[in-house]
Amino acid sequence: MDEWIVERDMLNFKLQVRPAPSRLWTFASPLLALVLTVLIGIVLFQLLGKDPVRGLQMFFWEPVKSAYALGELVVKATPLLLIALGLAVCFRSNVWNIGAEGQYILGAVAASGVALMADKTTGSWIVVLVILAGVAGGMVWAGFTALLRDRFNANEILVSLMMVYIAVQVLGFLVYGPWKDPNGYNFPQTQTFEAATRIPKLISSSRMSIGVLFALVGVAAVWVFLFRTRAGFAQQVGGLAPAAARYAGFSSRRTLWTALLVSGGMAGLAGALEVAGPIGQLTPYVPAGYGFAAIIVAYVGRLHPVGLVFSSLLMSMFYIGGELAQSRMGLPKSLTGVFQGLLLFTLLACDTLVNYRLVRQARASASLPGVKP
Amino acid sequence: MDKPRLQLTGITKAYPGVVANSGIALTVMPGQTHAVLGENGAGKSTLMKIIYGSIKPDAGQMVFNGQVAHIRNPKEARALGISMVFQHFNLFDTITVAENVWLGLEKSLTLAQVTQSITAKAAQYGLDIDPSRPVHTLSVGEMQRVEIIRALLTNPQLLILDEPTSVLTPQAVEKLFIVLKQLASEGCSILYISHKLHEIRELCNACTVLRGGKVTGVCNPAEESNASLSRLMIGAEPPKLVHNVRETGEARLTVHNLNLPREDQFGVDLHGIDLQVHAGEVVGIAGVSGNGQRELLYALSGEDCRSPKGSIRMGDEDVYQIHPGGRRERGLHFVPEERLGRGAVPDLSLAHNLLLTRNEAIAYPGFAGGWISLATLNAQAAAIISRFQVKANGPGAVARSLSGGNLQKFIVGREIDAQPKVFIVSQPTWGVDVGAAAQIRGAILALRDAGCAVLVVSEELDELFEVCDRLHVIAHGKLSPSIATANATVEQLGEWMSGLWSATC
Repeated sequence: MDEWIVERDMLNFKLQVRPAPSRLWTFASPLLALVLTVLIGIVLFQLLGKDPVRGLQMFFWEPVKSAYALGELVVKATPLLLIALGLAVCFRSNVWNIGAEGQYILGAVAASGVALMADKTTGSWIVVLVILAGVAGGMVWAGFTALLRDRFNANEILVSLMMVYIAVQVLGFLVYGPWKDPNGYNFPQTQTFEAATRIPKLISSSRMSIGVLFALVGVAAVWVFLFRTRAGFAQQVGGLAPAAARYAGFSSRRTLWTALLVSGGMAGLAGALEVAGPIGQLTPYVPAGYGFAAIIVAYVGRLHPVGLVFSSLLMSMFYIGGELAQSRMGLPKSLTGVFQGLLLFTLLACDTLVNYRLVRQARASASLPGVKP
Repeated sequence: MDKPRLQLTGITKAYPGVVANSGIALTVMPGQTHAVLGENGAGKSTLMKIIYGSIKPDAGQMVFNGQVAHIRNPKEARALGISMVFQHFNLFDTITVAENVWLGLEKSLTLAQVTQSITAKAAQYGLDIDPSRPVHTLSVGEMQRVEIIRALLTNPQLLILDEPTSVLTPQAVEKLFIVLKQLASEGCSILYISHKLHEIRELCNACTVLRGGKVTGVCNPAEESNASLSRLMIGAEPPKLVHNVRETGEARLTVHNLNLPREDQFGVDLHGIDLQVHAGEVVGIAGVSGNGQRELLYALSGEDCRSPKGSIRMGDEDVYQIHPGGRRERGLHFVPEERLGRGAVPDLSLAHNLLLTRNEAIAYPGFAGGWISLATLNAQAAAIISRFQVKANGPGAVARSLSGGNLQKFIVGREIDAQPKVFIVSQPTWGVDVGAAAQIRGAILALRDAGCAVLVVSEELDELFEVCDRLHVIAHGKLSPSIATANATVEQLGEWMSGLWSATC
């Protein structure tokens, strides 16, 4: 069968391959996916015996209704955006880093290590070291994946994913062992970091930190890198057409290392900003699944830095909505995960429309006599 | 007069953006060898796939042996007595000839029976093949024989052959023609798709010419000249190339005793390749594909940097370990065989595709590889588009929206525009229409006249004879000595393609 003319009959409609991918649907597909997610969400609330209007309110109105709520939205969106920016570079380079969660944890661990060295007399310059340590921690963790891929051609999807579980164990070892707060009633957590090590707040009335600025600078930097520098171009050619990258002489090793170090560094930065920001100590609850959620953020945002701003806010809504649905409506918190999954699922389905168009079958296929439609 | 074997009327098939077949009529008589002639993109393959049932036409009627036929899939076509040999073989490398054939047949037969019938068919038509050999040990010509035997086992009344000679040496083509003539004499009708005029004139006794999805002529090719057929096919005669004799200059590219083990298991080892290309000459490498062309070109372009020390020199400099970018800086530009995915990134604009090999639009190269100036890039792309008459929707058109010929003009233009010192091009006109092919060949000759050293690797002997000053042949990873084009004959090169040059020189 000629691939070019694969036609699938769907009732009276059929999918027809577009001559070129649709620009409109590249952007419309995430919106349609969101609409479908909401519709399925309504059915879901119905089945759970809850008022769907109130349910949707938790997810889409409560997180934006006040200045404080908006602040919380941004607090959660910041790490998602930072991680997703790195992943966008990675995925555009055809490097499948699934382990941003692990790099995020190691960033948090490394940042905590520096923060714990501070005492009452330390100046606030230590914040710089805390942040740099976080970036380095994430890079080192991603670097392992790059090294194994580079040296032994180990699959980076599996390696980076496995590294997440190792990272969780490293974190567990530290907070249950050497770093446990001696005055912490045996809770598995470090002591609360010194005030000097805490990430400065953006405005004193909100929990938003200067991490927001990092994220926004990150958006601009990734945009410039991807679309205006030759290195970023080379990076993406490696993803779009590996043979063309080889023909052009772009190094596939450099692509691999750049992709993993950038995304590891961004995830590590997010970890540092989180642990030395809103959390303020290292606990086993630092990994909140941001590293995995950011994969969805990256795809819903079309791997485009500006798109990621919107998708990270949306994903942040799901996080907050899930918590609210739990506390106010008695729904399970895993609803957050359900919504995340639904969004990715419907997005993948809607992306069919980027490369195919739905056409109404005008003629009843009666082209050849006797050929049944 | 007999009933026609096959009669098509009003066959129409449209794809989004292009009408591949429009109101096509075609009549094939029993025992007739009927050529379907047309340029790439004229709609030949679509028409054959419609006859073979793998594509459903939008309109039109097909009558086979006087009966209206509604063929829904290739299985029904085979049941009616229609067989097809595709240009690209459908064989599994790891199993034997007999097992491959067995896979496509009714399940009631045993492997032993199939082996027996293969041997019988092979003997009947003089197709020498051992059914117990694994397919990966076969040459391309032998694989085609397997495909033909597979088609013949169904005792077809109509055999469709899609560009069957594009992978064969001239000697193998002669053998194929003997088989086809025997088949026709037994009453089997043959539909022979090709764009090679001399083959059609030798073999076929009827011809339907397609252009732009429409029938532009029906004739007896034996009574036509190449020029008149070509007029029917492209609407004009291709311009004659002027080949000036010119003094050659210094050696720009020297390959000395290049031995290179294959990179992957399906590759070819290169053995002791010796090659020199001088300024102001065009050197051609002929040969059936899969004999080491790909590996040699990877080594020359720098995409494969494993060449031994001293084996590849540009001028006086040993470039054996220099990557493609470095060789490009030294003036070596290369047009690969694969346009989409290697020579160009399908999803990027033409302008961005310039960045693969050109650096003029890069400013401040110190930082992150340099800043891309979009204005410069677009202007540069627009200049190449107009200079090489590329039909495209401007510099922003994505590479995959262009036709094969136009994309090739753009890629060749991109490399020629860089004013190379050494220009290497692989299959310059493969899948390119006649007009564009003539233009590309003209550009190659102009480059040579400007003093560039040019290396052309091609499977088309006609093309090599047209543009080259000297010819080599590559076979089994070894390169023949060179011969001046003026002294070369098709017969001799054909023998060389089988690796037999030590006997003749």
